[in-house]
Amino acid sequence: MVQKLRTLKESPSQTAGPYVHIGTTPNWIGITGLWDEDLGRIVASPDARGERIVIKGHVLDGSGTPLKDALIEIWQADANGLYNSPEEKRGQADPNVSGWGRQPTDGVTGEYRFETIKPGRVSYRDGRPMAPHVTFWIVARGINVGLHTRMYFGDEEAANAECPVLARIEQKHRIQTLIASRGEENGVPTYTFDIHLQGEKETVFFDI
Amino acid sequence: MSDQGSFYQRDRSWHPAAFTPQYKTSVLRSPQYPLLSLDNTVSEMTGPRFGHGKIGPLDNDLIRNYAKTGDPIGQRIIVYGRVLDENARPVPSALLEFWQANAGGRYRHKKETYLAAIDPNFGGCGRTITDEEGRYWFRTIKPGAYPWPNGVNDWRPAHIHFSIFGHAFAQRLITQMYFEGDPMIWQCPIVTTIPDKAAVEQLIAALDRNGTLPMDALAYKFDIVLRGRRSTMFENRMEGN
Repeated sequence: MVQKLRTLKESPSQTAGPYVHIGTTPNWIGITGLWDEDLGRIVASPDARGERIVIKGHVLDGSGTPLKDALIEIWQADANGLYNSPEEKRGQADPNVSGWGRQPTDGVTGEYRFETIKPGRVSYRDGRPMAPHVTFWIVARGINVGLHTRMYFGDEEAANAECPVLARIEQKHRIQTLIASRGEENGVPTYTFDIHLQGEKETVFFDI
Repeated sequence: MSDQGSFYQRDRSWHPAAFTPQYKTSVLRSPQYPLLSLDNTVSEMTGPRFGHGKIGPLDNDLIRNYAKTGDPIGQRIIVYGRVLDENARPVPSALLEFWQANAGGRYRHKKETYLAAIDPNFGGCGRTITDEEGRYWFRTIKPGAYPWPNGVNDWRPAHIHFSIFGHAFAQRLITQMYFEGDPMIWQCPIVTTIPDKAAVEQLIAALDRNGTLPMDALAYKFDIVLRGRRSTMFENRMEGN
């Protein structure tokens, strides 16, 4: 017998199930009076520095049908590329940017929507700048382990072209699955980011 | 030596695969391309932190946090445990959110159609934050088993859903807790998406008679393990250094 490693195994994941909203967005599902506000509703308060934007889209299954029971969380840097986290060692993030958001996909249309600010650039491990991006985490009934991906910005062609993470995608046409197209809605820039769980347009998901 | 390096690679053979046809909904919701392996960047090694100030005094008491006319029906239980990382160190200030069916196996959700009765005094959700030693506890009633549309006659064993935030977004986890001694655990198409029996057993809470409140509530112990990270001593040399 060799010596034992004093390590534990990570608890295995299980699906969030169809009723993930009960525990994560109870007010949204009509369970009120427990706490005033669901967590993650505000990613950037009105005083946050940076360009205000809307991120929206759908999560689609392998048949192209939008998921109406998914939950999406996002995690992003502030306009200067700093995260509002005790683990952020590079500086102090804008206190008006929590950087974390949580929204269900709509129970009828399947659309999700975040109001936030455009994040700044963050360095890769070797110091090269990554293109501005928002981390996504998707859970739902039928998803056994939460899916990590990133959204990049369609109007950041130069930064996207030199992003060391996007450069790791071997099938170059798949880079497009991570890039949100820019539009406008009542004078506010919008980025539409559809997440395809499966099929020809399957989104690139990460093992982080 | 502090743990500030990147997170250990997730052991995908310990977790369920994405495509598990016995759980039918996974068939069209499972990515088919391989995941792109990404060494942690600061985007994954940071994460939101939630203050104890956000948590109300009844948030970890599902017996009282939705009670309207009296206590909910069901077996009164305490669920407690610790949140640890793979280095067996406690994870303080971890946010735990939990949700469950009532004693009859019915969820309070507008899309739920099971015929078992709604309990007017039971909401079915709560939350808490771990202390300095990674400990947490909450009070609830034991959820019931329920049938669900998968096979024509599939049933879920009694379970409580958990969502856990550690200190970094890379640690984000949702899982389920089962109850010691329940034979339905091993018949469930969702449980058996986990390929390893020992991994399933990691999700089964132990009945703890010593933790029981006499003449009041049974106790179940449920520890949760999040991903651990390298110490800076063992951190790989950065490319370009």
